[in-house]
Amino acid sequence: MLYRENGQFKTSYAADQQIFPIFQERWAMALLLLVAFVVLPLVGSEYFFRAIVIPFLILSLAALGLNILVGYCGQISLGTGAFMAVGAYAAYNFMVRIDGMPLIVAMLLGGLSATVIGVLFGIPSLRIKGLYLAVATLAAQFFTDWAFLRIGWFTNNSSSGSVSMARLDVFGVPIESPVSKYLFVLTVVCVFALMAKNLVRSAIGRQWMAIRDMDVAASVIGIRPMYAKLSAFAVSSFIVGVAGVLWAFIHLGAWEPAAFSIDRSFQLLFMVIIGGLGSISGAFLGAAFIVLLPLALDQIPHLLGIPLSTAAITHLVHMIFGALIVFFLIVEPHGLAKLWSVGKQKLRLWPFPH
Amino acid sequence: MGFFLETLFGGLMAGMLYSLIALGFVLIYKASGVFNFAQGAMVLFAALAMSRFAEWIPQWLGFESLLLANLLAFIAAMAVMVVLAWAIERLCLSKLVNQEGITLLMATLGIAYFLDGFGQTLFGSDIYNINVGMPKDPAFILEGMFEGGVMISKEDLVAAAIAALLVVVLALFFQKTKTGRALRAVADDHQAAQSIGIPLNKIWVIVWSVAGFAALVAGIIWGSKLGVQFTLSLVALKALPVVILGGLTSVPGAIIGGLIIGVGEKLSEIYLGPMLGGGIEIWFAYVLALGFLLVRPQGLFGEKIIDRV
Repeated sequence: MLYRENGQFKTSYAADQQIFPIFQERWAMALLLLVAFVVLPLVGSEYFFRAIVIPFLILSLAALGLNILVGYCGQISLGTGAFMAVGAYAAYNFMVRIDGMPLIVAMLLGGLSATVIGVLFGIPSLRIKGLYLAVATLAAQFFTDWAFLRIGWFTNNSSSGSVSMARLDVFGVPIESPVSKYLFVLTVVCVFALMAKNLVRSAIGRQWMAIRDMDVAASVIGIRPMYAKLSAFAVSSFIVGVAGVLWAFIHLGAWEPAAFSIDRSFQLLFMVIIGGLGSISGAFLGAAFIVLLPLALDQIPHLLGIPLSTAAITHLVHMIFGALIVFFLIVEPHGLAKLWSVGKQKLRLWPFPH
Repeated sequence: MGFFLETLFGGLMAGMLYSLIALGFVLIYKASGVFNFAQGAMVLFAALAMSRFAEWIPQWLGFESLLLANLLAFIAAMAVMVVLAWAIERLCLSKLVNQEGITLLMATLGIAYFLDGFGQTLFGSDIYNINVGMPKDPAFILEGMFEGGVMISKEDLVAAAIAALLVVVLALFFQKTKTGRALRAVADDHQAAQSIGIPLNKIWVIVWSVAGFAALVAGIIWGSKLGVQFTLSLVALKALPVVILGGLTSVPGAIIGGLIIGVGEKLSEIYLGPMLGGGIEIWFAYVLALGFLLVRPQGLFGEKIIDRV
């Protein structure tokens, strides 16, 4: 009753092409942004920002990047962690080696470096696809793991192998407190989400989807597979690289290659699948699910007062996590975003039966 | 020359062990088209079951014989793997029939997570050892030809022999038995196999059990070499380039791919490693497989991939 498009007539092309065509959705989005930008910084605690919201936002961004590749262009990648690492280490080197390098420029340059590597490892996708490609992208993962561990130049010859980044600022405003970090990350994520949303509804996004649905047919109607696939790799790794910079600089502060291991790649793929392939909101929903679930599972034994050792809890979390993933795939293979849209359809009629 | 041969043999032996894990992948992929990421977790699970049962069964029944303990533990672990195969089929795969490859892949990743946690909850998460009486001392061969001869670990030799035996048994099983024929039929065409009355569900349970058996053997050999610990489930990632190189659908491919990867890894570590800063073992196999994919996407022995519109 509250959520329906009755009476909302579109009288111009601009109105027809809006991201949120229904005014209830526009209001909901505005409200969400208001809460995120104004209310949360006022009420959130330090733990809330540090352990929940910041990781959630950064991983959403990475999942968004991966979703462009996997969900929109249909190229499976298990090397997301590698592209994050490339972004992080490249930005680190730009910051360390060039005096007075602004954070935002370094972040974008890190993203560009990840783009180059991403396109390079995307080249096999022209020959192979599906699960074969997944294994090929594993090569990127293991190669970068090794390179950042063994080649001293990348880490500025740090003796411990871990590098750190402190005293960040944007336009003279220091990014030190959890709230300022949160606002910075939130802004970046919003900008990229808007960009991604517009990309996937443009010509290039439609080319990606055509390639995903059937690449032979797409090339018959005049879509260049090489251009479409490599551009998906480029855009995806750019976003993932920027997410890597944020993860390293803002969330971790000091990091080593293990922060971007194969587990991270799997985790991001889980987010994309659980959230929903080929959906921008899916990346956020999936990231929320994957970030919050282990935190919640950790708390449950405490709340119930069952004394369990940390190791036992870790194993239990693993079990429940694995079982939930399988359960989700069985119940809703198209992810949380699909549930969300089904819910919206239902809401249009509610509370009437027709 | 002696050193080169030593490295070569070491690589062949390591490759044999990779092949054992790769076999599990190939079996399941052939029969159900599922790319089974849980194979590594299954190896860990099987090895944990084996080592713990070998410890517990003598305590429960009150006897001392190592041979009997191992035998009973092997049977018990195998039973566990069969139950596991049945559970995976019943609770997971049968509900995901006709889903896309990536969904099934994710499901096996979920299974892998579950098994990692379940195995360690059930059997404990310390480092255990498996003692099946593998000879630990090295042997020397070709002493007439080179000074000091060529050192070979007897343990590796036994492991390689077991792996070879396993391959022969599997080949016979696939070629000569009725079940094997049914398995091959399912691998060729699910629908056609179903239409002539081959029960798909039963076949899948059998295939996962056979993969569980391969995992158990791999787990025992790896476990007695390295100890049973969590890293075992990561060794399985090494088996991926092996199957890519050999071809996803070929049992001999898994063996030959394993040998190539094993030898390539060891030789490159010795001869290329110092130039590149060492430790290149972790990525060499993948880059080799990647380069290979560009030239021959279906692998050495795989069936040619044909696209139909």
